[in-house]
Amino acid sequence: MNTAYIPFNVQIAFMVIGGLLTVASLVSMYLVRAKPERDYSELRLRIKTWWIIVAVFATAVLFNRTVSVIVLGLVSFLAFKEYLSIVPTRRADHRVLFWAYLAIPIQFYWVWIAWYGLFIIFIPVFVFLFLPMRMILIGENQGFLRAIGTLQWGLMITVFGLSHAAFMLVLPAEANPAGGAMGLVIYLVFLTEINDVAQYIWGKSFGKRKIVPKVSPNKTVAGFVGGVLTTTALAVTLAPFLTPLTHYESLGAGILCGLAGFVGDVTISALKRDIGVKDSGSLLPGHGGILDRLDSLTYTAPLFFHYVYFLHY
Amino acid sequence: MLRTLFALLIVKPVALLMLGINVRGKQHLPLSGPAILVANHNSHLDTVALLSLFPLRIINKVHPVAAADYFLCNRFIKWFALNIVGIVPIERRIKEAGLHIFTPAIEALDNGSILIIFPEGTRGEPEMMGKMKNGIGHLVSERPDIPVIPVFFYGLGKCLPKGEVLLVPFFVDAFIGEPLKWEGNRQLFMDKLAKAMSELQSKAITVVSDEQF
Repeated sequence: MNTAYIPFNVQIAFMVIGGLLTVASLVSMYLVRAKPERDYSELRLRIKTWWIIVAVFATAVLFNRTVSVIVLGLVSFLAFKEYLSIVPTRRADHRVLFWAYLAIPIQFYWVWIAWYGLFIIFIPVFVFLFLPMRMILIGENQGFLRAIGTLQWGLMITVFGLSHAAFMLVLPAEANPAGGAMGLVIYLVFLTEINDVAQYIWGKSFGKRKIVPKVSPNKTVAGFVGGVLTTTALAVTLAPFLTPLTHYESLGAGILCGLAGFVGDVTISALKRDIGVKDSGSLLPGHGGILDRLDSLTYTAPLFFHYVYFLHY
Repeated sequence: MLRTLFALLIVKPVALLMLGINVRGKQHLPLSGPAILVANHNSHLDTVALLSLFPLRIINKVHPVAAADYFLCNRFIKWFALNIVGIVPIERRIKEAGLHIFTPAIEALDNGSILIIFPEGTRGEPEMMGKMKNGIGHLVSERPDIPVIPVFFYGLGKCLPKGEVLLVPFFVDAFIGEPLKWEGNRQLFMDKLAKAMSELQSKAITVVSDEQF
């Protein structure tokens, strides 16, 4: 790693993230000591997980393009595997699923060589046309539509959507003098995660009226509005340091990430409710919960990408 | 040395990345020999998954008991099975060979090994436990003090079913039961083992289906 290639603002960004987590760790340690009668193991575990996520994310963005593509490709693979492990699949589709997995390295290869044209059509055109054909060759009609639908939806959110985060790293760095190649991804991931946390805190503090009671009973209107406002405020504040966005454009980016993050979150919730899984993390302790962590990003990554791509690239 | 490398470079990464094993009852896993692990057999991945449960430092002590006619059939597979996977080869047809077919397995136990045995004798229907052969009963009757630990895997038949060569990654559930002891009588022991396995199986099905459907 050559630190000269890491823009000053990105170094600051990682110091701030590290600082925030250190504060969170210290507060949780203080709480454990101050109130021994209460159980903080959940909070401690969450903070520990955040450290790991930040470490993986730092590895993904700070080294070079090859490392970025491999790490983000692996994250995508794990998310897709988790998805396929919780949705029902047909035994007859064994080889079809193999082909679906194969789409992941190919999609990330397009990212690696920065071939935008193929990156953007490979999954929605070629893979989506190929997989049904492969299924038909096997010849199992029973449940065909359901099988192909679940498979393609999984590829859409866990592979196609997330690969947009990786493609931001290969966009020309010159177009983003403040944040360099990695500025956009840091901005996106930071806003998406803060949006989750802000929605949770606003909802806990002021939330009364439920916003989507059937899908996600814990989500409230106050949480949603507070989250979007917080995210937008941060988006406007951080944009000059990490992105090429102007003030008004960053206002739009903030609202977009706030809204899309919420939709991504409840979409994965709806998926889990349909299957009957409450928390993919409790289903797979120690491994799982990757989908739970990436839910908002499955929407914000492609939408924010195309917003910035349209405006500046 | 070769076996530790194999575990480090192949078994652990495959189990971690390609599978992802969710273990329940890990406290029942024996960390020193002699001991016998009994598992359902749906896929060649069963052995990989079982080996991956053990820490690297004792991997040399863990030996799958495997069919001599299948794994010693050609020179390359034989070398791989004996030196890399570390199998203890036995004859499958007990009637022709007599009871002394267990001699290698008993020797291994006497040397403090942890043996892995698939008592169905072959790979069965996915996520099911077929009828167990009596061999395990004969073996335990020779060394009645050795604990027998039942393990049930759910999902490996989905990753690599019998007859398929393409591994498709999925998360897998492993259920490890409490150690069983010899009952003084082969039939009693076999019944108890079958009961323990079917309990683990129904636990697997309820836990997994509760979460899935």
